Amino acid sequence: MSLQLRWKTPAFAAIVVLSNVVGNLFLKWGMGHADEITPSPLSFIRAIFNPWVSLGICLLILWMLSKMFFLSWADLSFVLPVTAFGYVLTTVFSHLFLGEHITTARWAGTFLIATGSVLVGLGTPQSGKST
Amino acid sequence: MKAWLLLAVIIGSTVTADLLQSHEMKRHGEIHDFRPSGVGRVLASLARKRNLILSIVCMAVSFFAFMPLVQVADLSFAVPASAGSLVIETILARVILKERVDSRRWIGAALVAGGVWLLAL
Repeated sequence: MSLQLRWKTPAFAAIVVLSNVVGNLFLKWGMGHADEITPSPLSFIRAIFNPWVSLGICLLILWMLSKMFFLSWADLSFVLPVTAFGYVLTTVFSHLFLGEHITTARWAGTFLIATGSVLVGLGTPQSGKST
Repeated sequence: MKAWLLLAVIIGSTVTADLLQSHEMKRHGEIHDFRPSGVGRVLASLARKRNLILSIVCMAVSFFAFMPLVQVADLSFAVPASAGSLVIETILARVILKERVDSRRWIGAALVAGGVWLLAL
């Protein structure tokens, strides 16, 4: 693995995970304070202009772009489980910042996901095509 | 019921978007130039790729289903439950994208899937 690939991979993994987690947090906070969504496009437009929802969307756009760049050198089957660590952070942040009640089963699931993410992360980001 | 329906839409559109995106980005090749001008050139070139445009449409569908989902469900449910797409994607990455998925990745993906199932309880 080249030196550039060695720093690029953890750096992009961090950007992809954090932009997704914080973006979702802002989105949930904003949607919690917005009117209920109906099938009408107007209700979506109204919700999008909530400042927290807008901020969340900006971060989720950053997430989408950084994930696209990440996928230019790393396999999908590597990128997806590594970024699944975001689910753990989301659960922790939901408890800390949104006051959500997390059951024992949810905490157990969180740790299982963390273990799975670490296991996958021990591999290399480029496996090449199968023959 | 509404939450599960929205979740099904999210999973279906996410799987499609990720497969199209991965396929097109691999065809484009590794990105080396991260200067603003280089990033601009890459984005301008990617904006003309049909599969990538289709993948962005799928992501938009997923997002507009996610918005009402976070109104009716906890974030600590909505986000992990949407990872149900992971197992399908790992299988399709092997079958369609012909990626070599070693046993460690399979076990890791299976653990993540088991964790997601527990979170959804």
